[in-house]
Amino acid sequence: MTGAQAAAAQVAAATAAEAYQRIVAALIRITGDWTLAEDCAQEALALALDRWPVDGVPDNPGGWLMTVARNRALDVLRRGTVERRKLRELAVLALTAATAEPEREEIVDDRLRLIFTCCHPALPLEARVALTLRTICAVATADIARAFLVGESTMTRRLTRAKTKITEARIPYRVPTGPALTQRLPGVLAVLYLLFTHGYNADGEPAFADEAIRLARLLARLMPDQAEVHALRALFLLQHSRRHARRDAAGDLVPLDRQDRSRWDHAAIGEAVGILDELRESELRESEPAESEPAKPGPYALQARIAACHATAASVADTDWVGIADCYDRLAHLQPSPVIELNRAVAHGYAYGPAAGLDLLARARAGGELDDYPLAIAAEADLTARAGDRVRAAALFRAAAAGVHSDAERRALLDRADEA
Amino acid sequence: MKYLMFVCTDTEPDTDPAPEPDIHRWVAEHDASGQRLQGMALAPKSTATTVRVRNGQTLVSDGPFAETKELIVGFDLLECADLDEAIEVARAHPMARGGRIEIRPQADWDR
Repeated sequence: MTGAQAAAAQVAAATAAEAYQRIVAALIRITGDWTLAEDCAQEALALALDRWPVDGVPDNPGGWLMTVARNRALDVLRRGTVERRKLRELAVLALTAATAEPEREEIVDDRLRLIFTCCHPALPLEARVALTLRTICAVATADIARAFLVGESTMTRRLTRAKTKITEARIPYRVPTGPALTQRLPGVLAVLYLLFTHGYNADGEPAFADEAIRLARLLARLMPDQAEVHALRALFLLQHSRRHARRDAAGDLVPLDRQDRSRWDHAAIGEAVGILDELRESELRESEPAESEPAKPGPYALQARIAACHATAASVADTDWVGIADCYDRLAHLQPSPVIELNRAVAHGYAYGPAAGLDLLARARAGGELDDYPLAIAAEADLTARAGDRVRAAALFRAAAAGVHSDAERRALLDRADEA
Repeated sequence: MKYLMFVCTDTEPDTDPAPEPDIHRWVAEHDASGQRLQGMALAPKSTATTVRVRNGQTLVSDGPFAETKELIVGFDLLECADLDEAIEVARAHPMARGGRIEIRPQADWDR
């Protein structure tokens, strides 16, 4: 391969990711056929990788790919005998009428529509995540299957089933408006969040976290008025900023208070803090929200603010615990859950002293849902140690250690028991 | 697009004290909008009869075909542009709160 050919191959690869989602989204809108859209987009990319190194890169690589994919779709539809007749006629008409490249706005809209369709609540949750990865992020089915711990053929079947339901139950290819958007957006954000945690967890695919951040960025650009979209993006950036510091050489989790803060990604933290500052300003500008509007700040904004308090603190002692406790108070009100109550108790323990924390913790555990949750015992142990009861704290640390699954966590808790 | 709405009971109905929507009003509204083509409430399960044909033999037995806790108590045939429209119609039905509603699209044999 010559230098020019290598450069052409590089352009093709770089254009690919961005062009792929746009082509797939546009072809799905026009033909309603997901498989056809994916196949044609992939064929266009393959042809580009083949031809560009020889013929040179066209002036408008994205447009070139779109034209090739569209012509390929037309060929298939014209020859097709199995596709539904009526739909086919409509699609051929639309494809013929489509000019060189759709307007920029329309492309953007297509991708947003596609996100809402992939994340429709009538699809099983896991299928939503998989379909988003496959259709919008163009992740290979084999890679998605690995992340979900299933075989490739199982994942292929799952994706096919989801696409069949979209077609046969006629799940619309549309972004809902008005109150329907308020109801549906949290579901879309939950899929993105799940995607992120699939990348963030120890056994996950790290690339998925990058995909989730990219999607959140896209969504924020497409729906600039939705505060929770910006908040989710900030939350991702903040959690992701610790990626180089949150595991030790053996791959074990390092707790926040022992992480080397100089290894955090301070550029990402700065970006996230900027997003949160803007959100706060726009909250102040706005008058009382209408009844159908979600409460402000929303749950992702609160989680992001908590993460920002940690991310901008020089040390655990320097952390704005009063700010964190306030966020947990509001979060517990918006989304009551035992785990949030537990975190709230810990935050209050740091902000207002161990007695306040222990008091809230006792109330959080009264329901019994935290009974088999070793982190609740560990939190009680920590608060008890800081309250000065070393003997009881050591016993609690040992009890918590007996309940955790990871060796590293157990060692860390036993160390604390010895220190107490 | 035609959808059939199975109106079912549920072991865990809504506990919201707000009054449930009125069924007669729901029928009148969706008949008028053209979204409800027909529908009916069904007599209790004690009146159900199951019919099977096996090797040329007709087997008739008592009761609903499936032993489920959630029982079909009625149905409505809808004409809607897409699933979201059908969901909107279903969520306005009183049994969406008192029970649950399953929406199934018409099969498309023309594929």
